[in-house]
Amino acid sequence: MKPSLEQKVWMYEHMLVSRYYEQAIEKIYLEGKSPVFNMAKGTIPGEMHLSNGQEPCAVGVCAHLHDYDIITATHRPHHQAIAKGVDLKRMTAEIFGKKSGLSGGRGGHMHLFDPAVNFSCSGIIGQGMGPAVGAALSRKLQNKPGVAISYIGDAASNQGAFHESLNLAAVWKLPVVFVVEDNAWGISVAKETSMSVTHNAVRAQSYGIPGVFVPGNDPVAIFEAAGEAITRARNGEGPSLLDLETYRLAGHFMGDGEDYRPAGEKAALAEKDPILVFEQTLLNEKVITPDENEQMKKAALSRVEEAVEFARSSDYAPAEEAMDFVFV
Amino acid sequence: MAVKERKLTIARAMAEGIAQEMRTDESVFVMGEDVGPLGGVFGNTRGLYDEFGAERVRDTPISETAFMGAAVGAASDGMRPIVELMFVDFFGVCFDAIYNNMAKNAYFSGGNVKVPVVLMTSTGGGYSDGGQHSQCVYGTFAHLPGMKVVVPSNAYDAKGMMIAAIRDDNPVIFMYHKSLQGMGWLGTEKGATVHVPEEEYVVEFGKASTAKEGSDVTIVSLGVGVHHALKAAKTLEQDGISAEVIDLRTLVPLDRDYIFASVKKTGRLVVVDEDYHSYGVSGEVMASVVERDISILKAAPKRIAYPDIPIPFSPIMEQWALPNVEKIVEACLAFDYHQEQAALI
Repeated sequence: MKPSLEQKVWMYEHMLVSRYYEQAIEKIYLEGKSPVFNMAKGTIPGEMHLSNGQEPCAVGVCAHLHDYDIITATHRPHHQAIAKGVDLKRMTAEIFGKKSGLSGGRGGHMHLFDPAVNFSCSGIIGQGMGPAVGAALSRKLQNKPGVAISYIGDAASNQGAFHESLNLAAVWKLPVVFVVEDNAWGISVAKETSMSVTHNAVRAQSYGIPGVFVPGNDPVAIFEAAGEAITRARNGEGPSLLDLETYRLAGHFMGDGEDYRPAGEKAALAEKDPILVFEQTLLNEKVITPDENEQMKKAALSRVEEAVEFARSSDYAPAEEAMDFVFV
Repeated sequence: MAVKERKLTIARAMAEGIAQEMRTDESVFVMGEDVGPLGGVFGNTRGLYDEFGAERVRDTPISETAFMGAAVGAASDGMRPIVELMFVDFFGVCFDAIYNNMAKNAYFSGGNVKVPVVLMTSTGGGYSDGGQHSQCVYGTFAHLPGMKVVVPSNAYDAKGMMIAAIRDDNPVIFMYHKSLQGMGWLGTEKGATVHVPEEEYVVEFGKASTAKEGSDVTIVSLGVGVHHALKAAKTLEQDGISAEVIDLRTLVPLDRDYIFASVKKTGRLVVVDEDYHSYGVSGEVMASVVERDISILKAAPKRIAYPDIPIPFSPIMEQWALPNVEKIVEACLAFDYHQEQAALI
């Protein structure tokens, strides 16, 4: 299925929000950390994994989803959260560790939970897959609508959880779509040194489920493949795996020197920046006018600025509230 | 009116509690290895498959990581899964799903996501099943925050605690000792098979109980250790020593007040635990007394626990290492019962 014009615009808008968001986070993250880089310091403490470049994987899939559909996301979750409709202000406050955050600052950027749109993530590689299978089972047992999307990176596909979850979802014929964002790197280790096959799509087939490789980091191609997989899931035909070629424009985490990258890789990736490519496509196809493009950029930027302002002006929860919510 | 004496094994009591909850709550379902037609390797899902069918009593592949994770996902989506980890020793392959997701998601979400999983799992040795099928590891689960940890010593508690566990909005690990299950081939402890009411009832978590009252020494234990302690107390009576036996019932929450009150009365403490000696339940129980008021002790507390070794296969070695009645009696006899004043400090 092809995306409608509205869907293309929606995807572009959410890619813009995601990118501006990451750019803002990148800047804020460095506040208070220099002259000597100290992860614990600054407005946003802790690790930070940016998703610049991987936006097509989020919007191409989420364009098909409703609030009641489920996502279990990765440790690099911002683009997925934005596309799923997680409250941007509360998410930002969470990343800042503030009381107004999604969990009052107990989770942080790798542990975002927004039950209103059925979004969660885990900082442990591959560990969202079992929960996605379980959520899909829950919908099947309750006869409730909804497909569960489990996002992972290519490196997580070497975890036992990947293989067990694919098999379990397949034998139980559950409405799950496993989405592999293949950015070719597991921190500093290249995919080709970690995987015995070139594409995870091949692995899916060995579990008796469709595995589709989508090259090119193209939101429209991802939209089309995701549409088929999600339709299958909604029709009770069982799980699928989408193997999406994507690019990580930044390092694994902020502070990563990226010395492992071959010379010239980053420059080449920057030229393939999916937002610039998609922008050009939409302009060429006259889906949007240059004026509309500027308006959309402004609107996206102002959403991000509002979220950041909300987070900045929020208070930290009192320290002793750390004791809340273990047993609720 | 005469009380109807209907004795059940722990396995049957667990199955009955689960069945009753499944009848009234559509969101309860069971999954795990061999929980279906076989009825569970340790018998606690017997009869459920026939009554509720394969959708709600679900055999899984041997894929603990996936189905433990699935329990988290289903629970977060409004179901109340009961999931069995056949032997607790197998937790290594699925601990991420347990302690990084199941136990933490409620906290990470600021209480917005509840994870009402019951994780039932077998513990304990004594039948030469070797060091990967005989451990208790109570302390490992109790040490990590976010899960309730319950260890029944008899069928009455097992049913009431199972129903409480299913109704609890938090993850609960229900650790049943193999030798208490009532499976003949495991050398069943008769004392665990007790009267169990037919109706549904709840045994509240965080409440220890007195298995036997006494005045000279407090023996604190859990699971099968309670039965060892009761037998030891009988022997001690012949020596004129009155032992009080406390059954912890739940490790998280731990009824520290109850333990303290008993030790305050007797002045002497022995902890019996089939889990490893160091960094475990026995140390925690002793610490919870002495850090509150060391002066209530008339003597240094003692513990009888599994030595810090992998569990050996040879019956000679395993039985030597396990807590038993003789060790408890010996430890209790070693106290000086004529000493009236606190001798410590």
